[in-house]
Amino acid sequence: MSQNVNGSQDEGDARSRAYWRATLRLTGVLLLVWAGASFLPGWFADELNTVVFFGWPLGFYMAGQGSLIIFICIVWLYDRGMVRLEKRYGVKDEG
Amino acid sequence: MSSQPAFFRRLGRYYLIYALVFVGFVGLLAVAEQFGLSPRWIGQIFLFLTIAIYAAIGVMSRTSDVSEYYVAGRRVPALFNGMATAADWMSAASFIGLAGTLYYAGFEGLAFVTGWTGGYVLVALLLAPFLRKFGQFTIPDFLGARYEGHFARVVGVFAAVLASFVYVVAQIYGVGLITSRFIGIEFEIGVFVGLAGILVCSFLGGMRAVTWTQVAQYLILIIAYLVPVAILSYKVTGVPVPQVMYGQVLHDLGVKELELFSEPRESAVRILYQGRADEYARKIAALPESLTTERLALVQKANELRSQGASAREIAVAERLLRDVPRTPDEARVKWDRVRQDSLARTVHPPPHAEAHPGADQAARDNARNNFIALVFVLMIGTAALPHILTRYYTTPSVREARRSVFWSLLFIFLLYVTAPAYAVFAKWEVYSSLVGSHIETLPHWVASWGRVGLVKIDDINRDGILQLAELSINSDAILLLVPELAGLPYVVSGLVAAGGLAAALSTADGLLLTISHALSHDLYYKMINPEASTQRRLVITKSQLLVVAVVAAWVASLRPDNILFMVGLAFSIAAAAFFPALVLGIFWKRANKWGAVTGMIAGMGVTLFYIVRTHPFFGGSMSDAWLDIHPISSGVFGVSVGFVVIAVVSLLTPPPPPEVQALVDYVRMPDRPVKH
Repeated sequence: MSQNVNGSQDEGDARSRAYWRATLRLTGVLLLVWAGASFLPGWFADELNTVVFFGWPLGFYMAGQGSLIIFICIVWLYDRGMVRLEKRYGVKDEG
Repeated sequence: MSSQPAFFRRLGRYYLIYALVFVGFVGLLAVAEQFGLSPRWIGQIFLFLTIAIYAAIGVMSRTSDVSEYYVAGRRVPALFNGMATAADWMSAASFIGLAGTLYYAGFEGLAFVTGWTGGYVLVALLLAPFLRKFGQFTIPDFLGARYEGHFARVVGVFAAVLASFVYVVAQIYGVGLITSRFIGIEFEIGVFVGLAGILVCSFLGGMRAVTWTQVAQYLILIIAYLVPVAILSYKVTGVPVPQVMYGQVLHDLGVKELELFSEPRESAVRILYQGRADEYARKIAALPESLTTERLALVQKANELRSQGASAREIAVAERLLRDVPRTPDEARVKWDRVRQDSLARTVHPPPHAEAHPGADQAARDNARNNFIALVFVLMIGTAALPHILTRYYTTPSVREARRSVFWSLLFIFLLYVTAPAYAVFAKWEVYSSLVGSHIETLPHWVASWGRVGLVKIDDINRDGILQLAELSINSDAILLLVPELAGLPYVVSGLVAAGGLAAALSTADGLLLTISHALSHDLYYKMINPEASTQRRLVITKSQLLVVAVVAAWVASLRPDNILFMVGLAFSIAAAAFFPALVLGIFWKRANKWGAVTGMIAGMGVTLFYIVRTHPFFGGSMSDAWLDIHPISSGVFGVSVGFVVIAVVSLLTPPPPPEVQALVDYVRMPDRPVKH
């Protein structure tokens, strides 16, 4: 596979770097939310379980449903965020 | 790609019609059942009709184009790829086993629910869009390109085959169980029916055919999963949305549990079980004399009965007892220890359903919590590392569609996983509130018919004629099938559930088989042994590999390998440790190089396998050798950490990857960066 990256396009490279940095920022923030939703309900389950949420002990609710809804939101926000980044940095999807 | 929206609309129309026809057909069967169609027939009609549908799709999607065969021509719209991934992902274990696991494990079982969904966040953020941009055919392809050469590719092939093969055996085994228990054909024949069902989907059309059958299978499995529990929810709470209503039922269940656990008769029964456990412990200690005594006593009893002219039935019972006596002291030790363990388990009441990390003391509770967190971690990383899931994201038309299709995958998977805890809670509520405490003579008739096939056991140890909780044992796989019975639904619903389980098993098996056969034929044969192979030859090799792997997997499954099924859980740890660090660092860290990746993958996988052998009783290990008391199923915790560290350290100690590899990394990061292959 021979890569034919055009070295003279410094402008394009700066744009790519900015796009990638913004991607990393978005990814990092969403990963933090993911880690929180994944591990905090399990770790603090006893404390959360003292709160009742529509009949559920809150710890049970989070591990069985709440975290899952957060996961869906993360993936949805990521798609939205990436579409915006692509627009801002003029990155066109090959498809 | 201007035809893409039209293609999407046409697909939507086809699958909508298909779903409506399927629902209508189930309705027809329900009517036919009222007119006396027997359950056996209903089961068989479901089995053969659904396989016929998959076969029809498989034949219609036949192809001899390499790109179509490996990645469905890369034109699967996000929504449909989402459904196909969901079917690919949800296995027989998710469909049949999860509800039972949650029934028995309560809160602790939720590790599977969180873990198996949260992994998709990692797929979306760290892998899918970049793999799609890379745009080859398999996961070892990426490793080979990014880490320059065959070494990384071979390690990838090995890990992919290892993780996928055990998994596919479990799926075919699942098909055998479903067909034998609910459709009434023999296990071995069921396995080969399953094999046929798998091959009709994948053989002629590869990924293309598997994709379109998986969409069809998803629709069946999700309808089958949601309908029974929605009806039960309607019966119990008046609202047919179990996912929302089970909070209330969980609360009521908590009250009922406290009531049951402090009931005097329950306590009396638990003391009787303690007595039985002690008795068997004594018998085991007194081996081999105790075995001789036991046999003599039974012989004497049988002779006495005969000489007294007892009824034929009594004599038959005595003779059966005599036949069941263990033959050797070793056999007796194993058998009696099983009884002792089972009795011991019944001496304590189960933990309350919603209680998090139960344990006798604080140390045990902390231990349970650590294992819960470790299991969530491994299941998530493992999800994001299973090759058969990742390759699905090669099939979308663009990077954006790949991203969006992870969203759809997660949404479709969510529907099942968010319902599973509701299944467990509703089933437990019905068992605790209406089954337990009733007269054994007047139990519903399904209890007896399930008792005959060993799914339900009732042991009236105190002979009071009333069912105590400790006297009842239900096979964990049966919990899902309990729900239609508890809701008093006609057999057609049970048949529907069996068809759903079959769809779940077949769709997962198809994805796994493709992964294995592609790893062997594409990566091993085409990329390494014979790069000059013609397209036609490549497809012939792929198809023959598929056939061989499928037949071997079915053969292994037909041996009823009960004792290797636990390895499915281990597949997550293996895949996580082998693939995740190398894939993620390959995209996000340009400095990661060939040596780092190869040593990291081997070290990660090595640590994982070592830990499993060290701690799992199947391999002669023991939990007393465990690190931090982590169970073998979560061994990937160590493997993944070691993998990351080794890749980082070794990469930094060796020269950075050459410019063309760094350019490849830039290429996968930028959706619009062009490349000349």
